[in-house]
Amino acid sequence: MSSASNREHMEKLMMGALDGELTGKEQAEFNQMLSKDPSMKEEFEKYKKLVKVTKTMKLKAPAPEVWENYWLDVYNRIERGIGWLVFSVGLVILLTYGSFKVVEAVINDPGLAIIIKVGILLTIGGLAILFVSVAREKYFTRKHDPYKEIIR
Amino acid sequence: MDTAGSIVAHDQAAAPVRRISSDAQAIALCQAGNKAAYGYLVEQYKERAYYSALGLVRSHEAALDLSQDAFVRAFRHIKRFDTTKKFFTWYYQILRNLCLNFIRDTKRHARSFSEVYDTQIMHLIDDKQDASAFAEQNELRRALWAAMDELKPKEREIIILKDIQDLAYKEIADILEIPIGTVMSRLFNARKALKAKIERIYL
Repeated sequence: MSSASNREHMEKLMMGALDGELTGKEQAEFNQMLSKDPSMKEEFEKYKKLVKVTKTMKLKAPAPEVWENYWLDVYNRIERGIGWLVFSVGLVILLTYGSFKVVEAVINDPGLAIIIKVGILLTIGGLAILFVSVAREKYFTRKHDPYKEIIR
Repeated sequence: MDTAGSIVAHDQAAAPVRRISSDAQAIALCQAGNKAAYGYLVEQYKERAYYSALGLVRSHEAALDLSQDAFVRAFRHIKRFDTTKKFFTWYYQILRNLCLNFIRDTKRHARSFSEVYDTQIMHLIDDKQDASAFAEQNELRRALWAAMDELKPKEREIIILKDIQDLAYKEIADILEIPIGTVMSRLFNARKALKAKIERIYL
């Protein structure tokens, strides 16, 4: 074992000893290392003092009402998310139907000049292409992105 | 939660819908579309979730918001949850990413642990305690919280999980999806950084 990997092994054993996570064999190995190296023993004592205090550190508890309302808040957020989804689907259906009716009316209107008809149809067609393109991009990015939970 | 350790999931009107006594049962119900069953999982893990977030973001409001947001996102993808894994391990990945993004986005307005650490433990617990040793420990604790502010998020995280949440190495390894050996070396590096910040005065 090289001195660097030996050192790393010792550091891991030291952490395990501090946290009571060593097996009997590992503990014996660590004790032997300590008995051979006074500087390591001194370092270990410093870590022991440090960990004795860090294990007593506590984070402030929130007000009890926070716990009482916690699930209700989560529930409301879930429900609102579903609400938005249903609303969006409904809106897409209405917009699609409305666009179809507008296109139908424009085509059948004898009073409109051809150039106006073409302009309106191109505008609606362009919007539809843009919408589908953005929706498809979002869908495929989400589906294939392993970090989709990360907000960029 | 009742005395037998099971919990009654509630719907919005707080009417009991079913007795649930395990994560697996709750997850199966959630995957079948039962929203109320998710309450069991939220109740089981809300404190651990909140304190995990608090240790990372050091703001009560943000910890509350992010831990709840992570629960909402986890529910949205519950059908994709691999039932051979532990729920909290999976949930923690979502929470951790949200917290790290929050830290990145609010870097200029970084919070301090002085706003969220518990000062109550700084009082003498009983008369038999050695007052001077206790005062020394309090000073050290205060210095340590200040030093924690200066650690990198990943170093803070491992200290919070091990020393403050008191998780075993195996649990930390599962949560962070790293080998136990990496937990030990990451912990060593974090404690070394912490020790270096206070060594000259306190150790």
